[in-house]
Amino acid sequence: MTTTHKRLVSAEINGEPVEFLCEPRQSLLEVLREVLGLTGAKEGCNNGNCGACCVIMDDRLVNSCCVLAVEAEGTRITTIEGIATPQGLHPLQRAFLEEAALQCGVCTPGFIVAAKALLDRNPDPDEHQIRYWLAGNLCRCTGYDKIVKAVQRAAAEMAGRAEAGAAAETGARA
Amino acid sequence: MHAIEYERPETLDQAVAVLASAGRQARPLAGGTDLIVQLREGRRPDVTLVVDVKKVPELNALVYDPEQGLTLGAAVPCYRITSNAAVVQQYPAIIDSASLVGGTAIQGRATFGGNLCTASPAADTVPTMFALGTQCVIAGPNGTRTIPVEAVPTGPGRTSLQEGEMLVAFRFPPPAPRSGARFLRFIPRNEMDIAVVNAAAWLQLEEDERTIRAARVAIGAVAPTCLLVQEAAAELIGHEAGEEAFRRAAEAAMAAARPISDMRGTIAQRRHLVGVLVRRALEGALARARRN
Repeated sequence: MTTTHKRLVSAEINGEPVEFLCEPRQSLLEVLREVLGLTGAKEGCNNGNCGACCVIMDDRLVNSCCVLAVEAEGTRITTIEGIATPQGLHPLQRAFLEEAALQCGVCTPGFIVAAKALLDRNPDPDEHQIRYWLAGNLCRCTGYDKIVKAVQRAAAEMAGRAEAGAAAETGARA
Repeated sequence: MHAIEYERPETLDQAVAVLASAGRQARPLAGGTDLIVQLREGRRPDVTLVVDVKKVPELNALVYDPEQGLTLGAAVPCYRITSNAAVVQQYPAIIDSASLVGGTAIQGRATFGGNLCTASPAADTVPTMFALGTQCVIAGPNGTRTIPVEAVPTGPGRTSLQEGEMLVAFRFPPPAPRSGARFLRFIPRNEMDIAVVNAAAWLQLEEDERTIRAARVAIGAVAPTCLLVQEAAAELIGHEAGEEAFRRAAEAAMAAARPISDMRGTIAQRRHLVGVLVRRALEGALARARRN
């Protein structure tokens, strides 16, 4: 089997300039995990259905299994590894922990990245909007309900709403 | 995935030149949500060159003009379409389709051009494009041509595009007065599925706002390609918009459908769904026509 010449790709990943070599056939998911050591994004289906590979690319939520690594040239990418800050976990990450919105954790990076993309765009989504935005993220363990509650909890906290604690207690608003 | 080469032309001429010289070994790459998966699954063993067309300006156009209508570049991702105020206002049926393609992450990349050229019989953008009387601008080594969108899909996974040709853009006519369109899809879950059946209808009312002046009905996932059902339109044009005409149009669409039974549905269920979706699409189109 022949291989092709590798391409040099320059991108910004989690705020840092990054350069890597890759073959055109390699997906962004493959390069993140196997070349760059960013193993947070997961391969769940490799065909754009499960969302375990979700990253944010130039402010858009994408399935990194459906992006060729060479297409990342010149783009800004955020992975799960870029969600926390030096100050600590992102409110979404804390909410997922506090609401027990994960069991095996395989879908969780994709969900958190996808939820962040939602809250960046719509800080106060209703339950319907949350479920539809996250429809491309599949979870085999939790039944989704605690995930939705975690997103609502994080949204409330990020909006500085006084009833953030109350929302967490009463759960889904629908 | 087998080894592939990758090129990213910056102009339409460059893109056409690359595709013309590589012939069947090359495929244009826009959103990649179909092509990359197909390559990885070994369904396109002949393709050894992907030509990333996302830098070609004509393929990224998204321009509305009240006289000219809407120009939609073939590589415009769905998220740009759903967030475009002019499209939301003037072409809500396009929004119906664009917001149902895949899910959020898919809409971050997927395009109408790719959806048409992948040519799945269940494509969610195609019935809408058929119903709106869309034109396709195609560039190739022999120049540029414009054909009706109905002339593009020829079978599952096949289009009428010749070797070396590429889809550049869609042209949607300006919205006619007292016209409206609606796209609907039936899926077993709430989201993310492939259509069991989908349908789009467009109609224009006469100045009396009751008689149908013009109409188009398109049904998908019930034949090797999306079908533009002339017999359904014939039951509508010249008739009063309402339950009676819509019922006859729906029956004509059911008769025109040629569904198969597969894992998503049976022949009987699909035929039934054609009737339901066409009727609802017509009702939705009428409501939108009355608002214009």
